[in-house]
Amino acid sequence: MPQILNTKVSTVSDIHQGGAVATSAPPSSVDEGLAPGDLAAKYGLSVSGARPGLFEYVRQLWSRRHFIVAFSSAKLTAQYSQAKLGQVWQVATPLLNALVYYLIFGLILGAGRGMGKDVYIPFLVTGIFVFTFTQNSVMAGVRAISGNLGLVRALHFPRASLPVSFSLQQLQQLLFSMVVLVAVAMVSGSYPAMSWLLVVPALFLQFVFNVGIALIMARAGAKTPDLAQLMPFVMRTWMYASGVMFSIPVMLKDKPAWIADVLMYNPAAIYMDLVRFALIDGYGAENLPAHVWAVAAGWAVLFGAGGFVYFWKAEERYGRG
Amino acid sequence: MADSTQGAQIPTVICDDVHIVYRVNAGGGGKGGATAALSRIVGKGKAEVNRGVRKVHAVRGVTFTAYRGEAIGLIGTNGSGKSTLLRAIAGLLPTESGKVYTDGQPSLLGVNAALMSDLTGERNVILGGLAMGMSREEVDQRYQDIVDFSGINEKGDFISLPMRTYSSGMGARLRFAIAAAKNHDVLLIDEALATGDRKFQIRSEERIRELRKEAGTVFLVSHSNKSIRDTCDRVLWLEKGQLLMDGPTEQVLRAYERETAR
Repeated sequence: MPQILNTKVSTVSDIHQGGAVATSAPPSSVDEGLAPGDLAAKYGLSVSGARPGLFEYVRQLWSRRHFIVAFSSAKLTAQYSQAKLGQVWQVATPLLNALVYYLIFGLILGAGRGMGKDVYIPFLVTGIFVFTFTQNSVMAGVRAISGNLGLVRALHFPRASLPVSFSLQQLQQLLFSMVVLVAVAMVSGSYPAMSWLLVVPALFLQFVFNVGIALIMARAGAKTPDLAQLMPFVMRTWMYASGVMFSIPVMLKDKPAWIADVLMYNPAAIYMDLVRFALIDGYGAENLPAHVWAVAAGWAVLFGAGGFVYFWKAEERYGRG
Repeated sequence: MADSTQGAQIPTVICDDVHIVYRVNAGGGGKGGATAALSRIVGKGKAEVNRGVRKVHAVRGVTFTAYRGEAIGLIGTNGSGKSTLLRAIAGLLPTESGKVYTDGQPSLLGVNAALMSDLTGERNVILGGLAMGMSREEVDQRYQDIVDFSGINEKGDFISLPMRTYSSGMGARLRFAIAAAKNHDVLLIDEALATGDRKFQIRSEERIRELRKEAGTVFLVSHSNKSIRDTCDRVLWLEKGQLLMDGPTEQVLRAYERETAR
């Protein structure tokens, strides 16, 4: 480095007098006197930490897909690694959850009005698992940025990787729950049929919806971490209003029809009903609201695309301040 | 440095009058509890002027240009803004005013945050590599190098144990090994050399020299004047967020040592 040797020592006063040209190592003669901005432009330097365009952002996110998948399965594994039974809890947790709800709502409160036992049990279990999928995605979304500031402040990656990764973790969790669900359905007399394949598009649409809402919550939670305290109450209200443990039309038949309509068309109820319709023999199309697939796709596209753009708009501000 | 022709230096990082201000929610500090917090939320505009949010002016008008092939040390007493400046160069902190221009994406040497102590060393190597933006194939290729460099397996098969079972020195070595596995255009190192035993320190310094050859520019924040002398040829001295001195290592370090010895 011969250039380094003949540098001069510049002090604070030099910098103030010299203005823009305060560097000690003198640039080659052609660059002398160039303002920093012009020098940067000349050598094609870009402003550090600027937000990429939307398509560039999608491309970056796609190039990080291996990280997103590895991060979500790492989180999933780490979750139960301290427990003695280990990964057994992946299945045992949803099973116990379903049992508790059945005890309270099925046996004590009798919320299964209008359904036989062989329909109500898988109806309830499906509802809990499918709703939990959205619920956990929202809760993980709120903390996706605010709970991982260390990561955000240390490494460069499209920040959307985090909420997407957390939603993916919940999808993997749901697949474990599906093992329990299939067992419950078969015990209740619903056997595998072609209609079961409908679970795949239904859960796919729900996953897109969940990613979108997780992205929205991630941006909101990054700005206001207090949301993590508030959201459990919002989610519980949403759960009770979505007919997780009762049939909306049966329970609300004395009330004005529009209330039942609003509840049935909310995204959580739509995805629950689709999975129930696919899995349970005694739960036919008459229980579904009109245009159910179109509505399911509509919610997914609206939240998926809207959430993504909303999250991207604040990309350069995450983890700062 | 194939593309740096004789005499012409290629800038890789340009800081143009950079100011950085932290805003801290003085939670619980000062007067007032819940009611004050509530009024802070309601009266949004006023709150910043009031005692709710405190401003910390961490970097005040730093200007310099770094060139390809340089290794630059950042020195200064605690709280002088060294790490903050590094984060701003990495694009991880916004500047209040002024701009940071960089060639490519500068990376902070540090993957600690991406690693999970409940997972095995093996999975952490993969996770850390991916988190730094390496591809699957790159991670697979470098996996053995990383493990060998860290020396984790020298005393038995530790790489297949969860990281929480490692001693702090072993953990630090694995983290450095993962972080140093990638080649960077502009590499920013924040006091990474202080970890591990003497043998590992020598190995890390060697690795940094290697990285410097491959990377365009290396920045090193350290309180060890020795490791700055060993690795850097230019030093920036920051004090209270201002650039006090900028020049060849020996010159600046001598002045710094005179100042701190008093």
